Amino acid sequence: MNIIALDTSTEYCSLALWLNGNIISREKLAGQRHSELLLPMLQTMLTEAGVALSQIEGIAFGAGPGSFTGLRIACGIAQGLAFARDIPVVGVSTLEALAQQVDASRVLAARDARMGELYFAAYEKMETGWFPVHAPLLCRPETAPEVIGEGWTGCGSGFALHQSVLSKTYSENLQQIIPDCYPHAREIAQLAAIKFANGEGRAAEEALPVYIRNKVALKESERQR
Amino acid sequence: MLVLGIETSCDETGIALYDTRRRLLGHALYSQVDMHRDYGGVVPELASRDHIRRVLPLVAQVLEQTNISLEAIDAIAYTQGPGLAGALLTGASIGNALAFARNIPVLNIHHLEGHLLSPLLSDPAPDFPFVALLVSGGHTQLMHVKGIGQYKLLGETVDDAAGEAFDKTAKLLGLDYPGGKLLADLATQGQPGRFRLPRPMLNSNDLNFSFSGLKTAAALLINKHKQKASTQTRADIALAFEDAVTDVLVKKSITALKITRLQQLVVAGGVGANSRLRQKLQHHLAGTGIVVFFPELEFCTDNGAMIALAGALRLQQLNEKPPGSDGSFTIKARWNLEDL
Ligand SMILES: Nc1ncnc2c1ncn2[C@@H]1O[C@H](COP(=O)(O)OP(=O)(O)O)[C@@H](O)[C@H]1O
Repeated sequence: MNIIALDTSTEYCSLALWLNGNIISREKLAGQRHSELLLPMLQTMLTEAGVALSQIEGIAFGAGPGSFTGLRIACGIAQGLAFARDIPVVGVSTLEALAQQVDASRVLAARDARMGELYFAAYEKMETGWFPVHAPLLCRPETAPEVIGEGWTGCGSGFALHQSVLSKTYSENLQQIIPDCYPHAREIAQLAAIKFANGEGRAAEEALPVYIRNKVALKESERQR
Repeated sequence: MLVLGIETSCDETGIALYDTRRRLLGHALYSQVDMHRDYGGVVPELASRDHIRRVLPLVAQVLEQTNISLEAIDAIAYTQGPGLAGALLTGASIGNALAFARNIPVLNIHHLEGHLLSPLLSDPAPDFPFVALLVSGGHTQLMHVKGIGQYKLLGETVDDAAGEAFDKTAKLLGLDYPGGKLLADLATQGQPGRFRLPRPMLNSNDLNFSFSGLKTAAALLINKHKQKASTQTRADIALAFEDAVTDVLVKKSITALKITRLQQLVVAGGVGANSRLRQKLQHHLAGTGIVVFFPELEFCTDNGAMIALAGALRLQQLNEKPPGSDGSFTIKARWNLEDL
């Protein structure tokens, strides 16, 4: 199977081509320029690989959590490519992509969620893939959920930002901390290949971001007078 | 040539198909107004989250309703600005990816150009040149429109937009958001002449507008009657307010026609749906030889049809068909129409 994977959930813009198990990937520090860079980068990669868009059979994107605007750029581009070519899409969790990247057997993945909060998930590696001990959630570093046992690897910008609090919470569990890693299309492609094989591909219009932070404004009735 | 239009600049998702020969073939609109009502105004992040759910289902709906396949589309037109950045980016991402994947050109459309040209969707349609009065929730401008892309600003509001003044006054009258239409409905029950509100800048020697003083005067009047404001009193205030705003809009439009010596006036934007404004303009221009054009009511507020139309007209104006999109795009949350 041939897959395009893309991620714009951070200030990086990353792309990967999964070509029947071979991976080509690329990234650029984009700042706020993801929309300018992504599709031209994709064109260059396709041309260099000698692959036409018509040979692509699925689109994968980093569905979140991450920058809201970034998630929608990736999702919107994935929707547009897939709708135009009539091929399926899968959204891949950016926290699961972090777990895949550090490649330990037990992973605590945490990303900065701003406002003093974290996007957090805990995964254990199984034969079938990553089992979510805690599916992605939003929490304060002090209230991150417990995990059982030793040998856990902590990773992601959440650990960079709140290392002391998290090291204390997980003092019984942590084996190592890898703070500076960020989600990349390379691992999104690897995870997507499994998901497509499991029949998890969806129609373009069903591909949506997974924000985790769902309360973004107060209704008039909820505001204090 | 067949153009797919995508509008996502604020709180409406609009999709349409326009053909340069057969004109508007189909369109679909989803308004988020019910969702934002509980918040008392548009919440930008919620608007963006809704657009990304709506665009493709509406595209699919329009293609199905017109029995046209995506392969038949020659270009994609989307609203590049001005508007809410996140909302614009959603339509831009989907539109540009569609154009890139189909290797067709993409047209970056100015939202207000869409509004200005929207009366061209009707029959009879105005010819260039004309004066346009653009009155919406975000804008109040008089424009000299010489042709596609040739727009000269004659005057504009120095503070609030007319629609904004309608909405804020409606809120003070206890009406739901967005209250412009509800205020107009209430005013139909009003007694003419009971109250009089100021007509700011009516006699200034230019084509600019100001509505914030009028809004303040209305607020004072409403406060004064707060204790015993019967429905009748509220209706009377609504009428006085509507009368003042429309008087200013009419007078300045007529002055603009005189200065430019043009014979056609086009009214566009949400406030263009206001019936008192429509009646007053018809009344004042009767017998002058000047013709006034209004878009169909459904094309007064934001919609995809005007974006597809603007794209088609721009495409038609080019000597040769532009190349397929390379996929690079940006949005312009702030964008002056004269910079086109
Ligand atoms: N019948 C009406 N009378 C007065 N104002 C109206 C009427 N219908 C709609 N409006 C106003 O039009 C505005 C919406 O128009 P629209 O062109 O969608 O504006 P924008 O895109 O700038 O928000 C709102 O301010 C609304 O209250």
